[in-house]
Amino acid sequence: MMAIICRILSYPFMTNALVVGTIVSLCASMLGASLVPKRYSMIGDGLSHVGFAAVAVAYALDMTPLTVAMPVCMVTAFLLLRIHESSKVKGDAAIAVVCSAALAIGVMTVSLTTGMNTDVNSYLFGSILAMSKDDVRLSVALGLVVMVVYLLFYNRFFSLTFDEEFTRATDGHAETYKTVLALLTAAIVVLGMRMMGALLISSLIVIPTLSAMRACRRFSMVVTLGAVVSVVCFMAGVTASFALSVPTGACVVLVDLAAFCLLSLISKVMRR
Amino acid sequence: MGSLGETLLTCRDLTMSYGDHVVFEHVDFEVKAGERLCIVGENGAGKSTLVKGLLGLMRPTSGAIEWKEGRGHARIGYLPQRTAARDDFPASVREVILSGCLGTCGMRPWYTHEQRERAASTMSLLDIDDLSGETFCSLSGGQRQRVLLARAMCAADGLLLLDEPTASLDPMATKGLYELLRDLNESHGLTEIMVSHDIGPATEQATSILHLAGDRSFFGTPESYRASAAGRLFAEGGRP
Repeated sequence: MMAIICRILSYPFMTNALVVGTIVSLCASMLGASLVPKRYSMIGDGLSHVGFAAVAVAYALDMTPLTVAMPVCMVTAFLLLRIHESSKVKGDAAIAVVCSAALAIGVMTVSLTTGMNTDVNSYLFGSILAMSKDDVRLSVALGLVVMVVYLLFYNRFFSLTFDEEFTRATDGHAETYKTVLALLTAAIVVLGMRMMGALLISSLIVIPTLSAMRACRRFSMVVTLGAVVSVVCFMAGVTASFALSVPTGACVVLVDLAAFCLLSLISKVMRR
Repeated sequence: MGSLGETLLTCRDLTMSYGDHVVFEHVDFEVKAGERLCIVGENGAGKSTLVKGLLGLMRPTSGAIEWKEGRGHARIGYLPQRTAARDDFPASVREVILSGCLGTCGMRPWYTHEQRERAASTMSLLDIDDLSGETFCSLSGGQRQRVLLARAMCAADGLLLLDEPTASLDPMATKGLYELLRDLNESHGLTEIMVSHDIGPATEQATSILHLAGDRSFFGTPESYRASAAGRLFAEGGRP
């Protein structure tokens, strides 16, 4: 075990991946604690598909993928959180439409221009090799911003997700909080997309929170345990993927799923 | 909180509508400090619409909702019919009650010592100290309403707005909540605006009644309401 860890740390690309992945999984699970109980889990999924389309279009136009994906995802997140209340197409259906439409646009753009190259492929399924020094810097900076903003808005996000109407009535800024939550989610989805892949990133938002909800009944505990589970599962997933030479994103998701099953089982036994 | 008898809220010639559909029109009423206003009416008469208007979530089509200078809708202690929170929402009673203090936080990201004290004293006032560590969703209907009432009181500046607070409660819990509300009014001078679908206990305790019915709404004392045609018919279950 120690030998594997030493070998992992001897590759610079692996240390980059570990740093970025830890930050992304920490932020994703914190945001998940606010999104999952409010039934907004699918928003991560919708965003990542839109992110993929944006990346495909960016490649076609020869632009930097992240500079296109970030604003596009932020606008989408803003719209998706509003679709829930007022549109004719309701929440889950709207997200399904957004997901498949974005995927279609992405695939169409790719096939009309370069064809499926490795870069686009790595955005779909993730790649541990994708992290450059610049990526690491950007991820660390943005990740820290997300964490600080989340902690500053923690009580507001709690109130918003627990009872939106009450929050809107007693505090005039509920819409602002919602927008901030949407922007943070978009930022983390785009950051995590490279490593986890567009098709798998939403699991980082959803599964750790679900696991924590098995064991904890207090919001602050769900946030804390979710963050711990998320980071531990990410580390374990990366180590396993390195040792077994299997894709990182998929491996992390499977470890997360195993943790969920384990915590469900433990909470069931404890409650007997 | 205003001194007793001071007018907190005046609604003048109030009309509210969704698009072309007028829910109620030309409604006049006022609420003084220490009073208990009960809002009644049939389903669809606009009780919830009026609540939205008072909370500032919906604009009146015409007319005015005027608060006493210096207080707005933000300082109302609002007790909704039910929370939107799902049954698996992980939140402790203490976390829920503290979230009532959010409106008084200003730019501060966290709760102050005073706000925590206020939440704690509200909990002991409502006799729910022992629930503080419990999960909100594991509570009974009556306990939940007490917790949400405590949250409302943390948000309130002496004025509670209760939207059918007993709608999902059994008779025992309903009785308990009405007694608690009367006690809060008598011993702490809390002003109450309560929407109710049941004419009995709610109107017995009220100091004034607002009956919403399209363009023929009634506002007055319970005695004059019971004597009015609208009141008699509503009590018997017919349309005014």
